[in-house]
Amino acid sequence: MVEAAIIVPAILNGLTTGAVYALVALGLTLIYGVLHIINFAHGALLMVALYGVYFLYALAGIDPYLALPIMIPAMFALGYLLQRYVIGRAGHGKDENVMLVTLGLSIVIENLALYLWSSDTRTIETAYGFATVDLGVALIAVPKAVAFVGALAITAVLWALMRWTDLGKAIRALARERRGAQLVGIDVEHLYAVSFGIGIACLGAAACLLLPSYYASPHIGSAFVLIAFTIVVLGGMGSFIGALVGGLIIGVTESLGGLFLGESLGKIGVFLIFIAVLLFRPTGLFGQRV
Amino acid sequence: MKSAAAIIVLLLALIPLPWLVRSDFWLNFAVLTLYYGFLGQSWNILGGYGGQYSFGHAAFFGTGAYTSAVLQLQLGFNPWLAVGLASVAGGVVAAIVGGLSFRYGLRGSYFALITLAFAEVLRILADSLGFTGAGVGLQVPLHPAVVNFQFAGKSGFYFTMLVLTALGLAVVWYIEHSRFGARLMAVRDNEDAAQALGVNVYRVKLGAIVVSGILMALGGVFYLQYFLYIDPEIAYGPAVSIAALLAPIVGGLGTMCGPLLGAAALQLLNEVSESAIGAAPGLNLVLYGAVLVLIIAFLPEGIAGVARLRIGLPRGRAA
Amino acid sequence: MMLTLDHIAKRFGGVQAVSDVTFAVARGEIVALIGPNGAGKTTLFSLIAGFLAPDAGAIRFEDRDVTGLPPHRIAALGLVRTFQTAQPFERLTVAQNIAVGAHLHLASRGAALRRGAEIAERVGLGKWLHRPSRELTVAGRKRLELGRALATEPHLVLLDEVMAGLNPTEIDAIVPTIFAIRDSGITVLLTEHVMRAVMRLSDRVLVLNNGRLIAQGKPADVATDPAVIEAYLGRGVAPPAARELARG
Repeated sequence: MVEAAIIVPAILNGLTTGAVYALVALGLTLIYGVLHIINFAHGALLMVALYGVYFLYALAGIDPYLALPIMIPAMFALGYLLQRYVIGRAGHGKDENVMLVTLGLSIVIENLALYLWSSDTRTIETAYGFATVDLGVALIAVPKAVAFVGALAITAVLWALMRWTDLGKAIRALARERRGAQLVGIDVEHLYAVSFGIGIACLGAAACLLLPSYYASPHIGSAFVLIAFTIVVLGGMGSFIGALVGGLIIGVTESLGGLFLGESLGKIGVFLIFIAVLLFRPTGLFGQRV
Repeated sequence: MKSAAAIIVLLLALIPLPWLVRSDFWLNFAVLTLYYGFLGQSWNILGGYGGQYSFGHAAFFGTGAYTSAVLQLQLGFNPWLAVGLASVAGGVVAAIVGGLSFRYGLRGSYFALITLAFAEVLRILADSLGFTGAGVGLQVPLHPAVVNFQFAGKSGFYFTMLVLTALGLAVVWYIEHSRFGARLMAVRDNEDAAQALGVNVYRVKLGAIVVSGILMALGGVFYLQYFLYIDPEIAYGPAVSIAALLAPIVGGLGTMCGPLLGAAALQLLNEVSESAIGAAPGLNLVLYGAVLVLIIAFLPEGIAGVARLRIGLPRGRAA
Repeated sequence: MMLTLDHIAKRFGGVQAVSDVTFAVARGEIVALIGPNGAGKTTLFSLIAGFLAPDAGAIRFEDRDVTGLPPHRIAALGLVRTFQTAQPFERLTVAQNIAVGAHLHLASRGAALRRGAEIAERVGLGKWLHRPSRELTVAGRKRLELGRALATEPHLVLLDEVMAGLNPTEIDAIVPTIFAIRDSGITVLLTEHVMRAVMRLSDRVLVLNNGRLIAQGKPADVATDPAVIEAYLGRGVAPPAARELARG
């Protein structure tokens, strides 16, 4: 019981981080589920979103949480355009090519950020940045608590969008049967771009929730991208519930790994899970569905 | 046989370069072109001839570099002796990565992801363990002497790279003219059909990744001797993995000279952009990424594909 | 016996694709496996060639138990299949494609390519030797499938609808090729929808319906078997084929 005092906060911390991871992974899993491509530019686009939130705060004084209604549509538009005019066209529909195109995009975006904004890490200081809430068993930083609740809420909204709206139904139909969707008159290219856009919009939301307790830097994306892949693979490619549960598991694993193995070596647990899942259960915990 | 003769002539023609080009700048350019071309040759064996796109070739590169560095610094090995063990270590890591991934039938994006993850695991290990110097990295003391695998001028490194390039070309020549290579290309084009014709797909892919891993490790050894410093990010970070796949894709996947052509084109692009816009961190990589996207979009067969169209050479030759 | 199937069964989820199939193929025969679409013919081929493992039963090839062996091991023993949808190695030339098969027993590249050239001639692809296989027509691709399989020097070939997608002239052209294969000492088991060719080619016909073997015998006897006619007509899947079948 002595250790509970350390372990409980570590688990709570892991859950809050995990919720944001889940949001990042949700976008990735949606894109995979519908377009059947692995978006290697996902981390780089998250980085762009983080800078977006940073600059909205630094230049226009917009609070990160209030930036949500700006960042979500902005990232949606960026995602839509990228899929419609770059990835969709350059990939020629071959998986390997699409994979390489998104890799190429991530290289361009990351290094453009490095060129434009230098490698400095950028943080913001908000009034609530160091505030905490007492959960009885542990203290939790306010931004982390907000991120946790916010990420869950956005996941719920996205889930409802996919389940109950006409758009969601069309996207799910497209994910299952491309040719069928074409036959009933669905504009496939448009809907692919919309799906990609929604996936990237998740990054806009994640960035708003993340920045108050995190930072922006050009290479921040690569830290997230492998974790997001891990979550997606763990949860099952294309599964929403899987992304959420996977995110939380990975968040806790990382947090506990850091506690027991140290900051640097602690991250290894996540990748070992990744490798093990890829090898032994590539369908993940929740199979394949959107 | 004609292609072999052409390549030998080309390699012989490159020998006098250090006497013709007296500027260190251009000699360094030549060394780096050959170096990136060599990394590309390594990747091309598995990716271009075998169709298995690795995003984590750094795993083999870094293992080669670290093995050599640790043997030299911690155990007092002579660097030349370390070369053999370093390449073996690269081959062993490749055998583990390939053995696991191919045994469980990982292909396409899944294979790309798992190689990335292996490189990342090794990066974290190198970052955490004491004998690899952890985050600080390892520095090989400067003692220029041939016996130390260090050369006073660039030309020594140039010749080393030329030998490695010849080795890479010899391996690829073998692939294009052997049963192993025929099976590897068959597996790339259609695994089911290859199996039906009696090809042991697993063994062929494993062979390709091990050969590729050994060459990549040699690339890491060369890096260490040339720059005398290695850290987890350099050795196992994504930059090397990307460099290795970029050259063959730009130059021409699954072709003998594609990686060298691609490396030359990318190095030239780098120099031109630096003299036009000035050196700035990240700028060359912005260009490289853009080139990657443009090549996939407009020249999926790379520069070699264009050259073939222009001269009207057949796509594949029978012998 | 060349090939024996003993109570073979295979299930995919809720579908029993093949149930309790038992038959044998003798050395030197041409045996046709026919049946309506979805009868389980291709599944059965995949089971024999090792691409699928049966849930129950045993497969013997030349008196050796090959049940559950991987495809490349089975091919090495001398049992090779072709694919219904031709699967060429698209970036390789015709000669290189066939050489992959020849390499099963020939280590030398030169010898395998020479073998490839000979066999290309035999299956009527001599003119295409150095062309990339992706440039071949459907008929050409089928011949390439055949050529690659022959290059492995098989004792038994499984030909999965080598005539599907061919026009009547092309079909007439491929029939003698198949006779020539048999005459060179190779046993042939084939699936086919083109009944005219089945009637001409085969020594014996096996009829598969809903994963079960419902009849076997000489082509003329099978064609008048009420159960067979029922299988074709009852489903209404392929009436022209059934009519052809009934006519003999």
